Amino acid sequence: MRLTKLIAATAVATACAVGPALAELVVPLLSYRTGPYAPSGIPYADGYTDYFTLLNERDGGINGEPVRLVECETGYNTEKGVECYESTKGEGALVYHPLSTGITYQLIPKATADGIPVHSMGYGRTSAADGTVFEWIFNYPGTYWDAASIIVKHILDEEGGDLNGKKLALIYHNSAYGKEPIRTLEELAKKHGYELTLLPVDHPGQEQKSQWLQIRRDRPDYVIMWGWGVMNAVAVQEAANIRYPMDHFIGVWWSGSENDVMPAGQGADGYKSIAFHAPGSDFPLYDDLKKHVYDAGKAAGAGDQIGSVLYNRGMYAAITIAEGIRKAQEIHDTKELTPAQMRDGLENSVISEERWAELGLPGFAPAVEVSCANHGGPGLGAIQQWNASEKTWTLITDFVGSDREVVDPLIKEDSAAYAQEAGITPRSCDS
Amino acid sequence: MSVAMLNLTEVVLNGLMAGIMYALVALGFVLIFKASGIFNFAQGVMALFAALTLVGLQTGQVPFAHLINAIFGTNIHHFGWTLPAFLAVILTLCVMVAFAWAFEALVLKHLVNQEPIILFMATIGLAYFLEGFGDLLWGADIKAINLGIPSGGSFWWEDVTREWAPEGSDYWGMYIDKLDVVATVVAIVLVTSLTLFAQYTRMGRALRAVADDHQAALSVGISLRTIWVVVWSIAGFVALVAGVMWGAKSGVQFSLSLIALKALPVLILGGFTSIPGAIVGGLIIGVGEKVAEFYIGPLVGGAIENWFAYVVALVFLLFRPQGLFGERIIERV
Repeated sequence: MRLTKLIAATAVATACAVGPALAELVVPLLSYRTGPYAPSGIPYADGYTDYFTLLNERDGGINGEPVRLVECETGYNTEKGVECYESTKGEGALVYHPLSTGITYQLIPKATADGIPVHSMGYGRTSAADGTVFEWIFNYPGTYWDAASIIVKHILDEEGGDLNGKKLALIYHNSAYGKEPIRTLEELAKKHGYELTLLPVDHPGQEQKSQWLQIRRDRPDYVIMWGWGVMNAVAVQEAANIRYPMDHFIGVWWSGSENDVMPAGQGADGYKSIAFHAPGSDFPLYDDLKKHVYDAGKAAGAGDQIGSVLYNRGMYAAITIAEGIRKAQEIHDTKELTPAQMRDGLENSVISEERWAELGLPGFAPAVEVSCANHGGPGLGAIQQWNASEKTWTLITDFVGSDREVVDPLIKEDSAAYAQEAGITPRSCDS
Repeated sequence: MSVAMLNLTEVVLNGLMAGIMYALVALGFVLIFKASGIFNFAQGVMALFAALTLVGLQTGQVPFAHLINAIFGTNIHHFGWTLPAFLAVILTLCVMVAFAWAFEALVLKHLVNQEPIILFMATIGLAYFLEGFGDLLWGADIKAINLGIPSGGSFWWEDVTREWAPEGSDYWGMYIDKLDVVATVVAIVLVTSLTLFAQYTRMGRALRAVADDHQAALSVGISLRTIWVVVWSIAGFVALVAGVMWGAKSGVQFSLSLIALKALPVLILGGFTSIPGAIVGGLIIGVGEKVAEFYIGPLVGGAIENWFAYVVALVFLLFRPQGLFGERIIERV
């Protein structure tokens, strides 16, 4: 009896001493701060981390629940990325941002089976935009096919709406990522009558002399680039070397950061890329970041990437997660979330223009709305251009949509093929 | 000359010059292998480290700034001065010599008489250490190199060659990157200097003696440790040249270490022990892969130059396992 009392007293005392367990919102960050792709991985990871640090420091988390980031180094290596996923999912991970198309492809079946959402924001498998097949995968606010279509739309605008007989070349990273836009560009070639030349570049893309000699010989009217890492910088340098008109050279949103143009110096002036958010740090949110994160000595990394394109991209990614968490908390009326509830939050995410302004980012990006059937979001993009003298990117067009007439059937076709291959019965989103 | 022939000439010329760039990397491997029998896995990372150090010193970057700021809560990144290019190169060379001395004293000295595979593994460790150390020392951001090396297409050469095309043809002239021309001149000077050094200096003869027979060289009083420091210092210098030339193309960034992959087929073809072999091997690989990519690539979907270089090297390997200029392998029972 005495022993029982002693045990009971000890249990009560322990419970009182520890207090109620503090729930956390666990968000993994698969980053690459080392290796050949580190210059691109670091600013993204810093922006992502700094935003969550701001939420924790300023607001005590999201609706009072602190966010715990679990960072895992992938080195942009697919095997390591999968290891990171396996080693962190047990910590209660709510959602994954793989930051690599290769890793995303590997995680699609795994995360689907585990019931953990994956948000491959503007990368990964394009047809994951079809929410009826890819229930756990999201790629909003836009897909590679949206990007390809918007770039062609911009070229159409530049050419007075007629591309008949024009020559377009695609120089691309010879990987799953680089090959993504080919199908769309081929379909658009049929529609608009341009001739498409494909120029693959092997990893890592340090040597591209042959490709640029071909461009010099064939003289395409426009060159589109789907590159990453050192490939981008070398391509911009080679284009400048052969005196290719830089305003006719347009990269995808992963080929449009400061890293890609700075090494070429003045030669990169006029180079364009598509973007799904604005560059720079001229937004009220940065005042909060300065007060609660930078000046408090809590900035991620060296604190030297603030306002760069990829820093803003990482911040954008963190915002999509944070807003997804808020929506999930609202839908399920709970502050502690499960991955399944998080999935619901992402699927019902709405970031209106007013909400962007409330977040301290007015005009930063167009409104985003995700739905059961549409995991790809609005698919809007604008063209930005590099000014080498001022070392700044500037948006030179409005955010416009892609050619849904071409893109949507391609998404349906590819997702149907995946559903058949994976034995998935597409769900209904009618209700 | 027909436009097709001019295009072919242009591709061959550019291939030759790309080959020189590969040879610059291969030279570092050859020097160390020749003198010590070590296949230096870290040669590519040495090129990266040398280039990082050069830019860091030249731009007045504070070493270990990230670490210092994290520990002391400071926010320092630059000293605020810029060094002249010449001085930065000299200081970088001093760093590479210090690195060679430290590697010999801390690692190689303790591995004397070990199997070549053990020494090879030591260089794998060195590669990873040096990459991490370089990151810690100078940061992982992309750095533009500014030594005043000319780059971009030569207008003069374009104008001259445009005249060679048939009248009325829409030919733009032949393209040659000025950076590649500089690399060619540098490679010629480098190889000539290394040859003169090996032939006509006391240290050079000692190097050759060690390369021929370690035991015999030791028996006549040549210090193996000194030779290793000298060889690794020279390899560090060659790495700096390669790092600068490649870094001028893409900026100095961590993927620079992957240029070592470009040197492997050159080494297989030219032999691991021959300096002329590295040059000739580089030229053959450069021309072979560029011609293949330009003419065969479009027919088979492109991006063939990387593996094509290895196919060329393998074909040579079948007929001359020691490479074009490598020492003939004679095993006596």
